[in-house]
Amino acid sequence: MDVKVKILRYNPEVVDEAEWKTYSVTLQPTDRVLDALHKIKWEQDGTLTFRRSCAHGVCGSDAMRINGRNRLACKTLIKDLSPDKEITVEPIKGLTVLKDLVVDMDPFFEAYRAVMPFLVTSGHEPTRERIQSQADRDRFDDTTKCILCAACTTSCPVFWSDGQYFGPQAIVGAHRFIFDSRDEGTEQRLEILNDKEGVWRCRTTFNCTDACPRGIEVTKAIQEVKRALIFRRV
Amino acid sequence: MQQHQYDVIIVGAGGAGMRAALESSKRTRTAVLTKLYPTRSHTGAAQGGMCAALANVEEDNWEWHTFDTVKGGDFLVDQDAAEVMCREAVDAVLDLEKMGLPFNRTAEGKIDQRFFGGHTRNHGEAVVRRSCFAADRTGHMILQTLYQQCIKQNVEFFNEYYVLDLLMTDGKASGVVAYELATGELHVFSAKSVIFASGGFGKVFRTTSNAHTLTGDGMGIVWRKGLPLEDMEFFQFHPTGLAGLGVLLSEAARGEGGILRNKDNERFMERYAPTVKDLAPRDMVARAMANEVREGRGCGPDGAYVMLDLTHLEPAHIDAKLPDITEFARTYLGVEPYTEQIPVFPTAHYAMGGIPTNIKGEALANNDDVIPGLYAAGEVACVSVHGANRLGTNSLLDINVFGRRAGIAAAEYAETASFEELPAEPEKYVVELVEGLRNSTGEERIAAIRSDLQATMDLNAQVYRTEGSLKQALVDLEALKLRFADVAVQDKGKRFNTDLLEAVELGFLLDLAEVLVVSALERKESRGGHFREDYATRDDVNFMRHTMAYREVDADGNETIRLDYKPVVQTRYKPMERKY
Repeated sequence: MDVKVKILRYNPEVVDEAEWKTYSVTLQPTDRVLDALHKIKWEQDGTLTFRRSCAHGVCGSDAMRINGRNRLACKTLIKDLSPDKEITVEPIKGLTVLKDLVVDMDPFFEAYRAVMPFLVTSGHEPTRERIQSQADRDRFDDTTKCILCAACTTSCPVFWSDGQYFGPQAIVGAHRFIFDSRDEGTEQRLEILNDKEGVWRCRTTFNCTDACPRGIEVTKAIQEVKRALIFRRV
Repeated sequence: MQQHQYDVIIVGAGGAGMRAALESSKRTRTAVLTKLYPTRSHTGAAQGGMCAALANVEEDNWEWHTFDTVKGGDFLVDQDAAEVMCREAVDAVLDLEKMGLPFNRTAEGKIDQRFFGGHTRNHGEAVVRRSCFAADRTGHMILQTLYQQCIKQNVEFFNEYYVLDLLMTDGKASGVVAYELATGELHVFSAKSVIFASGGFGKVFRTTSNAHTLTGDGMGIVWRKGLPLEDMEFFQFHPTGLAGLGVLLSEAARGEGGILRNKDNERFMERYAPTVKDLAPRDMVARAMANEVREGRGCGPDGAYVMLDLTHLEPAHIDAKLPDITEFARTYLGVEPYTEQIPVFPTAHYAMGGIPTNIKGEALANNDDVIPGLYAAGEVACVSVHGANRLGTNSLLDINVFGRRAGIAAAEYAETASFEELPAEPEKYVVELVEGLRNSTGEERIAAIRSDLQATMDLNAQVYRTEGSLKQALVDLEALKLRFADVAVQDKGKRFNTDLLEAVELGFLLDLAEVLVVSALERKESRGGHFREDYATRDDVNFMRHTMAYREVDADGNETIRLDYKPVVQTRYKPMERKY
């Protein structure tokens, strides 16, 4: 089938402002948007620039705004996008666009690093593994699935208007440890998230949950962190 | 051009690179150069688990694991290295747990373990639960956990830096040259130790589980320096790739009870491996599947694949143990694994060969001598713990055990060594490589050459090989190299020029494909992942030895590949027929 793909192009080496450019591509209905981008880059215009690696939704490289919604290009099938109409592809919002679909990911990773996303323990390490029941393990399973693609954070209206806000992903990253029975860093982490740019900025619009390509209930995780802050226990 | 100096440079930020960084950065000034953001590395795509004889759910010991690794590798494994890996496996898993890795748990709250292909109790008696796992995203959790530890330890990363050359001074490693994707600027890094941990080169094949970025850069760089590559003919084809796509479906699907069936709904693995059936090693299962298809028992309109059947498993069990892979089947093929069988076919998965190293992770210049300051770990390396065929889960183990060892060895060396003077004009090779491609006036499309490369490799150097098919591949590769000399890079800019980098990567792929094919042509036997229809049995008299390939350039600039051989290290296991 012939599909029209409209892409927001921007290369500051060449132009001052981003502009839409439309390409015609022949695709199978089961092709992914990433296949469409590759066909354009490989057969029509080698300057089209985007990040990608694994191509099956586990590395988190190719989050982009497709038909107005944040998704992974490698997990979005053409047939699920009503391809009789034009498909629009633009960079995720709220991070500086560096070229075409490539944005500056450093602020996003900085927010993640800021919430102490690592196991904090004290005392002597056990000789064998720490004991944890499967129920305790399941408590934080949902947020372990995060692939740091930034689809959630860059779908958040609060993040768009206030670049200082940690954003949903950082809270998900903190949640994964706050609710891990082995972790002892909860107090410090909650203090970080209690910041004015922290968890209270969330307005529960659920964009993040809709955007997550891993199906993480992001808004629920944020609510759980808020509740933990109010009651100071998990 | 910018200059930097670090004691240890690590190239690659997957599992092996970050595990090495955790050791090295504790001891000495370390930088990790990675062409991707660390969490994009392909370690994250590994699914099923990491084996270690923890004996948490049944009797087990590391010696049985060693035996399975040696036998699984069709006796081409260096047995001293396998002993190290399987003995240190227990601590490697416990270390990850202490770093916070969320393993699945037993009823007592210990790390849970499950079955995996080729892993047996008491030297092949029956399958054993040895794989430690976090659902079917164990690699994802290892990658995340190691990255989290790197954050905790403040490891210094240079993200989206493509290392394109290794610098050598008087036979010692002295640094690397990197291309910064964001700016197109070159960076010269002077270092006492360099560790390559840059992964495999699965993109020489079309049907592959590998990421687009797995283009063998590390192996290619070392190769162009005239250093050897070991056992490059041994490439693993994972049995269960989604048909037509190659996306990996973990062996854990069979470990949890999944069954392979042909068009008659027969459990055909009973014929090929009566004892362990669907849990035979990957090379045997992949060949059995290809054989079913060749003999007309394949499924689908063209009879081109077989089926993976999970329909007899409880949906709740599937959701708990195999959530990601069943989602792949739904997303990409529209198949519901609760009620429908999943079309699968072998997919190029893992390079057993690579940069030869010893058990400390030191890279070798030949059969005996180490290259001072140069190290390799993970898929880019060949220790050799995988021999002719890697067992499932042993790659996640390899990166943790030998990543750690390489990190320690590189740091200890750096603590005593001094910086070598860099060669004159250290950036010269990379400038010529990059500018040559950027300014080329050629007409050949990068993607067209790559596509033809992958087509000939899939057709001629895959699960089944013959002298004729391999010779055809060589003829095709010669023609492709000529076309590559006329390649066109459309993007002439400096900023995020991924077009240019794809051309560079294609150059590495073409080099490595040729090494693979030449090595395969000379190995006139069948062993592990290398199956020659014209020499269908293993020949221990003539070929119980590693292949060592060298690039040689004569006075006129003509390149040839010279093959040499290296003995296999045998300790306690004598070669035996490989039956399961």
